[in-house]
Amino acid sequence: MDLRYSESDEKFRAELRAWLREAVASHGSPPPHHDWPARHAYDTGWQRKLYDAGYAGIHWPREYGGRDASPTEQLVYYEEIARANAPYVGINFVGLLHGGPTLIVEGTPEQKRRHVPYILRGEQTWCQGFSEPEAGSDLASLRARAERDGDDYVVNGHKMWTSYAQVADYCELLVRTDPDAPKHKGITWLIMPMDLPGIEIRPLKTIAGEGEFSELFLENVRIPVENRVGAENDGWRVTNVTLRFERGAAFASEMYQLREHLAEIKAVAGRVTRHDATAWDDAALRREVGHLQAELDALWAMVKLSVSEASETGVPGVGSAAVKLFYTELAQRISDVAMRVLGRAGLSRSDVAELPNGRFLEKMLMSLNLTIAAGTSQIQRNIISERILGLPRHR
Amino acid sequence: MDFRVHADQEALQQGIRSFCEGRIAIDQLRELEEKDAFDRGLWNQLAEMGIFQLRLPETAGGLGLGCADAVLVFEELGRSLAPGPLVWSHLAAPWVDGAGTGEVVVGGLDLIGAAPQPILIEHWAHLDVLLLLRPEGVFRVDPKALEARPIATPLDPLTPVHHVESLPPGERLAEAAVAHRLWLEGAALVSGQLLGIAEAALELALDYAKKREQFGRAIGSFQAIQHLCADMFVRQEVARAGAYAAGATLDHPEVGDLERAVGSGKITAGDAAMKNARACIQIHGGMGYTWEVPAHYFLKRTWVLESIFGTGDEHAARIAERVESGT
Ligand SMILES: Cc1cc2nc3c(=O)[nH]c(=O)nc-3n(C[C@H](O)[C@H](O)[C@H](O)COP(=O)(O)OP(=O)(O)OC[C@H]3O[C@@H](n4cnc5c(N)ncnc54)[C@H](O)[C@@H]3O)c2cc1C
Repeated sequence: MDLRYSESDEKFRAELRAWLREAVASHGSPPPHHDWPARHAYDTGWQRKLYDAGYAGIHWPREYGGRDASPTEQLVYYEEIARANAPYVGINFVGLLHGGPTLIVEGTPEQKRRHVPYILRGEQTWCQGFSEPEAGSDLASLRARAERDGDDYVVNGHKMWTSYAQVADYCELLVRTDPDAPKHKGITWLIMPMDLPGIEIRPLKTIAGEGEFSELFLENVRIPVENRVGAENDGWRVTNVTLRFERGAAFASEMYQLREHLAEIKAVAGRVTRHDATAWDDAALRREVGHLQAELDALWAMVKLSVSEASETGVPGVGSAAVKLFYTELAQRISDVAMRVLGRAGLSRSDVAELPNGRFLEKMLMSLNLTIAAGTSQIQRNIISERILGLPRHR
Repeated sequence: MDFRVHADQEALQQGIRSFCEGRIAIDQLRELEEKDAFDRGLWNQLAEMGIFQLRLPETAGGLGLGCADAVLVFEELGRSLAPGPLVWSHLAAPWVDGAGTGEVVVGGLDLIGAAPQPILIEHWAHLDVLLLLRPEGVFRVDPKALEARPIATPLDPLTPVHHVESLPPGERLAEAAVAHRLWLEGAALVSGQLLGIAEAALELALDYAKKREQFGRAIGSFQAIQHLCADMFVRQEVARAGAYAAGATLDHPEVGDLERAVGSGKITAGDAAMKNARACIQIHGGMGYTWEVPAHYFLKRTWVLESIFGTGDEHAARIAERVESGT
């Protein structure tokens, strides 16, 4: 139970911090959300900078160009990225956090050669075509159909909620190859190039008013058989590899970022007025902010505990469902406080009265998807009660 | 950084746990309830296990361990609802002769926390020494010199209390800085106890949820019950991280903001114990409202522990002043 970082970790931190100071300043501020070409350039450009400096694929094996950082160094990395307010993975998130890692574990040598180095350099972006209108939490009930025709699979189906589809070069696509087998046994994992004929992308307008995710309509899309990852009908196993990466340390940087957000909320509360005092003069608000900070500190300690466990086992601790559940609900509670501090200024999504409304509201709206994406809170509770606590299955 | 509980610590914790399971199981607690919650023999055994002199240097007869280790030990004492002024006697070991070996039973009052009134002294009848933590220092008082009125019906049946009207100045043992340090240490140890209570409440609830049947199946198969249990688990894990970090930061203050780490432990462990104890009662249905099911002991002890070394609200107000960018 020792929280002291080693000398080599501190050295890593100092170097990274110095590099970030310069790199973040020279990269400029992020483009507006609706400007997709600019976002693509901004996020992939940042990835290239990381690559050139030796910080790309912090958790990737060295033989694939990654840094193979120890779990503790990864933690330092997430802390520093958040502290420097540096861009995080952005539109590269699927490729970097789970697409690439899945190929490293499950892909053929040829698949690795064609994708892995490009993902790392920010030259290939990926999206995830898992969910469908009828297959969300119950992902294994997916229906998109793939039929073998010579050296191709011919795919027909409808995918939902595909984040960043409009800027992706490739898609992690789940299809049904055996409709007669039990639902977990007839699924196949394919690499779909997004420029194939027959793919139609229809952006969906989110709560935030943006087209962050899309529907994909697939009509007779011919995907070469060589793009299959793992065996035919063995896609559910591969999917679990992908999901394990997705649910790993992916949130760490955003978690740490919340601390900065809370500090900023406090600063704003000291500036907004309520009658003849400031919002921060309200003891009830101060107590609530203190309570949230206590929970954030414990959350980060929880991450440290699971990172320490991962140092031995190599996989994120069983606690990750608990971390996800706690973090996502905490983020929403913090956003609630931000809104109450803004008061009427919260009616505007653009900054007014020299307040950071724009960013605060953005965060608040985004926080609402945290408890839905990557396994809803209810699904996390099911996982905890059945797999960790051993309660009888309810079905 | 290696925040895991390492093998020595696990062994230490396991030793305390097996002792508690054998010596203060629930039936033995019920007997203690009839004996004013104090058993000299038990006290001596706890002392022999080193609970009070855990952190004294080996040259002074102690085990030379740190606060993180002590938090783990107090987690077990909390889990088993071990009664008596355990934290106070542990804190007193370097200051009061005989406290470490258990010969002298030391209780205390936290007068740094914001609400010392009315003055209720826990376990007064069995105390040899009473410590007062004041903002200006640590003071020693002879408890028998106080005019103490017994409270016939304490909230926690295992924490008898006496009411006194006023306190003498006492003999000064240490300065303000020491008082403050002891206050933080006390908060961390109590966080350990609260974590233990949160764990015990979940364990008891799970046991019942797997056994009790309604509508032809175990109630633990109902999603409403499952999700109560899942939330209990999450709170327990948050509290574990919070309380352990408090201990680890006391041992090495350079790793963070000590006040914030200790407050985080006290707040999250207090929340976990309180809410888990309530959920445990709820999951037991009508049985949960009976004296027989020990769920109420968890809740009642939690209120005792919540009230000392800073309530959750007090720590929250203190932490609010320390919320800052870059920390
Ligand atoms: C911002 C965002 C980005 C996303 N990006 C992608 C992406 O890039 N690629 C992709 O494939 N998917 C993506 N998703 C989809 C996401 O994975 C699904 O939304 C999620 O798995 C839930 O599925 P659903 O929306 O169909 O909801 P449903 O599964 O229909 O759930 C509806 C409600 O029922 C509850 N529920 C369902 N089953 C149970 C159960 N067994 N027990 C208790 N309650 C239950 C849920 O908790 C929820 O409250 C994204 C989602 C969001 C919000």
